[in-house]
Amino acid sequence: MPRRDDLESILLIGSGPIVIGQACEFDYSGTQACKALKEEGYRVLLVNSNPATIMTDPDLADRTFIEPITPEFVGRILEQERPDAILPTLGGQTALNTAVGLHQEGLLEKYGVEMIGADFEVIQKAEDRELFRKAMENIGLRNAPSVVAHNLAQAFAGLEQVGLPCVVRPAFTLGGSGGGLAYNRVEFEEVVRRGLMLSPVSEVLIEKSLVGWKEYELEVMRDRSDNCVIICSIENLDPMGVHTGDSITVAPAQTLTDREYQRMRDAAMAIMREIGVETGGSNVQFAVNPEDGDMIVIEMNPRVSRSSALASKATGFPIAKFAAKLAVGYTLDEIQNDITKETPACFEPTLDYVVVKMPRFAFEKFPKSDSTLGTQMKSVGETMAIGRTFEEAFQKALRGLEVGRDGFSGKKTSYQADELRQKVARPAPGRLFAIYDAIVAGHEIEEIQRLSGIDPWFLAFMASLVQADQALGQDGIQGLSRNRLRNLKKRGFSDARLASLCGLGEGELRQRRLGMEIQPGYRLVDTCAGEFQAKTPYFYSTYDCMEEEEAPQPGRRVIILGGGPNRIGQGIEFDYCCVHASLALREMGIESVMINSNPETVSTDFDISDRLYFEPLTLEDVLAVCDREQPEGVIVQFGGQTPLNLAEGLRKAGVPILGTPVNAIDRAEDRGRFAALLRKLGLRQPENGIATSPTEAQQIAERIGFPVLVRPSYVLGGRAMEIVYDGRDLDRYMKEAVSVSPEHPVLIDRFLEDAAEVDVDCLADGKDVLMGAVMEHIEEAGIHSGDSTCVIPPISLGESIVEEIVAATRALALELGVIGLMNVQFAVRGDNVFILEVNPRASRTVPYVAKATGVPLAQLATQVMAGRSLQELGAREPGSNEHIAVKAPAFPFAKFPGARADLGPEMRSTGEVMGIDRSFGLAFAKASEAAGRRLPISGKVFLTVKDADKRQVGLVARNLHDLGFELVATDGTYKVLRRHGIPVTRINKVHEGRPHVVDLIKNREVQLIINTPLGKVTRYDDGMIRTESYQANIPCLTTMSAAMAAVEGIQALKEGHASVRPLQDYFLSVPTA
Amino acid sequence: MRESPPSAKLVLEDGTIYLGRSVGAPGERCFELVFQTAMSGYQEILTDPSYCGQGVVMTYPQIGNYGVHPDDEESHRCWPEAFFMRQLSPVASSWRARQSLGAYLKEREVLAMDGLDTRHLTLKLRRQGALRAIFSTEDMDEGRLQAKLQQHPSLSGQDLAQKVSCRQGYAWSQGLDPEFPVQDLPVHNGPPLDLVCLDFGIKRNILRCLVQTGFRPWVVPADTPAEAILERKPDGVFLSNGPGDPAAVEYAHNSVRNLCEAGLPVLGICFGHQILAHAFGGATEKMKFGHHGANHPVIELETGRIDITSQNHSFAVQAESLKGTGLSVTHLNGNDGSVEGLRHQELPVQSVQYHPEAAPGPHDAAHLFARFRQRIRPQS
Repeated sequence: MPRRDDLESILLIGSGPIVIGQACEFDYSGTQACKALKEEGYRVLLVNSNPATIMTDPDLADRTFIEPITPEFVGRILEQERPDAILPTLGGQTALNTAVGLHQEGLLEKYGVEMIGADFEVIQKAEDRELFRKAMENIGLRNAPSVVAHNLAQAFAGLEQVGLPCVVRPAFTLGGSGGGLAYNRVEFEEVVRRGLMLSPVSEVLIEKSLVGWKEYELEVMRDRSDNCVIICSIENLDPMGVHTGDSITVAPAQTLTDREYQRMRDAAMAIMREIGVETGGSNVQFAVNPEDGDMIVIEMNPRVSRSSALASKATGFPIAKFAAKLAVGYTLDEIQNDITKETPACFEPTLDYVVVKMPRFAFEKFPKSDSTLGTQMKSVGETMAIGRTFEEAFQKALRGLEVGRDGFSGKKTSYQADELRQKVARPAPGRLFAIYDAIVAGHEIEEIQRLSGIDPWFLAFMASLVQADQALGQDGIQGLSRNRLRNLKKRGFSDARLASLCGLGEGELRQRRLGMEIQPGYRLVDTCAGEFQAKTPYFYSTYDCMEEEEAPQPGRRVIILGGGPNRIGQGIEFDYCCVHASLALREMGIESVMINSNPETVSTDFDISDRLYFEPLTLEDVLAVCDREQPEGVIVQFGGQTPLNLAEGLRKAGVPILGTPVNAIDRAEDRGRFAALLRKLGLRQPENGIATSPTEAQQIAERIGFPVLVRPSYVLGGRAMEIVYDGRDLDRYMKEAVSVSPEHPVLIDRFLEDAAEVDVDCLADGKDVLMGAVMEHIEEAGIHSGDSTCVIPPISLGESIVEEIVAATRALALELGVIGLMNVQFAVRGDNVFILEVNPRASRTVPYVAKATGVPLAQLATQVMAGRSLQELGAREPGSNEHIAVKAPAFPFAKFPGARADLGPEMRSTGEVMGIDRSFGLAFAKASEAAGRRLPISGKVFLTVKDADKRQVGLVARNLHDLGFELVATDGTYKVLRRHGIPVTRINKVHEGRPHVVDLIKNREVQLIINTPLGKVTRYDDGMIRTESYQANIPCLTTMSAAMAAVEGIQALKEGHASVRPLQDYFLSVPTA
Repeated sequence: MRESPPSAKLVLEDGTIYLGRSVGAPGERCFELVFQTAMSGYQEILTDPSYCGQGVVMTYPQIGNYGVHPDDEESHRCWPEAFFMRQLSPVASSWRARQSLGAYLKEREVLAMDGLDTRHLTLKLRRQGALRAIFSTEDMDEGRLQAKLQQHPSLSGQDLAQKVSCRQGYAWSQGLDPEFPVQDLPVHNGPPLDLVCLDFGIKRNILRCLVQTGFRPWVVPADTPAEAILERKPDGVFLSNGPGDPAAVEYAHNSVRNLCEAGLPVLGICFGHQILAHAFGGATEKMKFGHHGANHPVIELETGRIDITSQNHSFAVQAESLKGTGLSVTHLNGNDGSVEGLRHQELPVQSVQYHPEAAPGPHDAAHLFARFRQRIRPQS
């Protein structure tokens, strides 16, 4: 069936900020869908609040709305734009839930909009646990025994049927949010309460636990002619009990006999038909009892998912693109396989390699949270590796994870009595390394299997790798014959690992290896195991390669290094830059070659670059690609810290680095050289010093005065960065920090309390400097820039201050010889401007600046790096716009119960949103709403502020009162407000008896919280208040400036609806009348 | 799994040499090489008689992961002359496993090698077409191996059906294992129909599917004359899959023609489909490297329905040769447009090139068995 001609315009819904469970994969799928629909000639409308996405680039869709993804705002878009259809199956759970909301509120019907991709009934059937269970019964499949509960009483009644241990799953949440495993009644009550609170329909499913069963996923596509194909099968290395997003997974399935696999395939197809998905992709999860093969259906997602992105990258089959085409009427046989270009998409990919995905965690950012993995996803990113064998892929994935591991290795050599067994049994990050140790310690595979539930097939290979690893460690370099080295390389051993086993430097081992003529070859990911010729250059390296495939032709080419797995502080923003670099190079007629290991990203879409290498971002793997490609340069400044860390090694190996010289990076990062640079330019920085010992630290702190900001050198995302207020605190920190990073000294800066913080992104070509934007942070200095709300243009800085900032930025860029992007962080106190930090590379804010100003910074930077001058490019600085754009962070605190939800110098947000409108208040309100902290327009506000803020609180409170809010405050603030004559109710602090403030929050009796913490020691109450507010999803403002911004926002919201307006209209070159 | 010295050698007719580890029985064989792209089902592949005369390269690199199980046997023995894998699994991990693949290969005296670059070999076969090759664990001298290989005939013109067919007729009564049901193929509870199955190398799962669909199969040797079959007064005739050149089994062309003209409903699969074409005067040709996998889309022309099918054939029916034979094309391969199904315009005769019985592979086309029965005895 051909394209539907009855549709003209389609609204695609994105997934919003990057949060745990919903990351770049939906930018990948949305971008593909957007391109596919445009290709088909539709008018494409798009809504996504996340400015760091490629999909929100204004040239991708016809009308791009950076607006909150809520039924209310999307409803306004429908009202204003009247698209024929909405496509909600490519924007994760957010898009699906929003579509359901639109349907339920009657807005789809009201505006005559059709839901395509999946309809309401399909979504209900798949997402509603009870309906789903019945549907499975209809087709003779089984779910785990379960009951649905809407309150605690029902839950306990249900528990009688299901028994412990059991899994609690809230309905309609993403990434298993709020769900969990309960082994006892206390745990059970806790998880049920949380689940009921987090489920938008207050519904939880209580399900018999299948912990220890094997877990599988099938990615399925079905079209309206009932053609149904399996794109990929995935087997989880971690058994049931660990969320699939947190599991190490392997494609294809390894340990199913054909009969079992076909039974599962039949089941998946029957499910597609029963649920009624007929125009797109879905994923179905199964549990299989390792004892007898008993198969149980866990769940299905009637949409493109994280696993579909993985499956697309693992097989070369672009699921999202095809899902979009199916949604507009095509059938699978009418679509061509992108890779072979001659066979139809109606087939099933077959692999001749093994794919391993590993999750990346960030528990170190959330101290006190439990790092045990369960049914709620906690990982913040992932890496994928392709190898010819499981061993090769497994070891590549381990080094691609960038957690300081160069392959499969151990943790330590001695353990307490049962410690090792416990570590093997407990699913947590790094369990693999305990398994290594257990194998070394002589534990039998059977025992490790019993403890961990990991299939013996995987364990057998692990054991064999340990054996090889240990044997080489014993034999040393004398034992490393050519045959043995080649064999070890085939099994995925990195040069770094082999070198350390042999007591050599990595470079030495590399030389020895090259001397023996052992090099990797590159193989194509071709969807068909070599049966047809692949037209798409998508490669992975392997040492099992007799002959090269598709060797590069002579020509100009540049390699772009991606950012590897997402982590806090390095995510989609950098991928955005890498993608733009690739597009810019291609436009210039230079071949772009991408290296990245993150399957979620747009940069690893084989459509983006001329050649894609799916490889770990280590020096060894990158140099190997450089050897093959012989690029005229490598771009390291777009992928975040990962490629930057490789710059020096690449330079030493003679690989040309494009843009800003490596020396400039060092000048900006080396404290001594940096201070000299600032002195030379007559710029000011907070007083500072470098300490290599605790004593030295105390001396420096005494010299410059407390409070001080301390951090280890060379860190990303403010890891281990803290503000300390006295000597004792400093002593504690020094002991922890030095243990964090013994190689590097600790940097100590005077902390400028109550200063305003400003970020600047600019672009330079060595001669000229183009200012991207000056961004003012709403929060005072001291909160990591990635975690602060900020605004373009600055709203409270005087013109002369802005001029001074701009002048300083220009001077720095020229002095450093920046060619490409640079980010500078300033602190402004009174009339004084201080330089906090200079980063001669792409920053996290580049996409935000681009979306707020309409200037494609990353593309321009790439052209500059490739040798063009700004003058040649005719690039102009953004003019003054009529609009205001506010960026706000999204936090994962709700996923880490127990962890404190404070903001500080260490970054903890996972993503960001943008609110754009004609006034600051509206833009702020939109940003808050998009970040999930919707500002109330009526109700109760709770205030508790530190003494320094008590002068300002009166004004804020007065405004809130005038806006019709009821006010509640703790004693100190209460008294101040009473003195101002503002009506307010007093509430107990936690230690003052009950009911107290936390009760109030837990009962959701307040709609907004203004809580500015006392600087020195965050009091118990403050921590509780903020932590509880995140759990209860009540917006909590922690600075007076944010509080005032919120008041403005609320005022604006009350005065009239925030309008929706596409980016394209903000940047019309011709002013509208 | 330390690197052990190569203990086996594969030499192709173009001189390419692959070294590896012998993981099966010792010996030396000549054969034609084909690659198989299915990711699971190695045991079904090993026991499929259609591989007689061929060496099989598995494109999926990890083979033997789940061991072997007696229920997954497609015949009483293994047929490939030699079996090539990237990596034989060191363990058998499945609740179903009764034996490791390594032990099974040795027990069944299958020549096998692992540790070679199977993708390299596959790409070579794709580019050059199926190649003749010699595999040895005994003689490592290339010159001698090449010389022996030159003596070995090509598959074309070879009647291998005789080699794999049963020697005398037998009844088959086992249906599908209820633990592993097949979509669209429910148990048929009506009175069974008598079906004579001409065994050119029949796979057991075909027989199981036929029983499931309500047939009572009687399997007869490939060279059974039409008269002997007609004497049994069957309700229908089935033509099985099998190895070798379909043009070479002229005896079967004749008997099949007679059976068809006697008005018996006939269903052919794979080799049986090719025989049917020959029976009516059509022709087959040797393909470049054939279809051996579990992911081939087949389009049913009448309905547009697409089934993902299991395939294993090196010869194909020539579409042009069907003119005037009374046969028309019912199915095409979605990838390369080759003939995948035939039907006689007047007689109740039909055939498919692919394997609706799967084993290994997807069950999409299993409905074919039920439809065949429907056609013989509607609504029974």
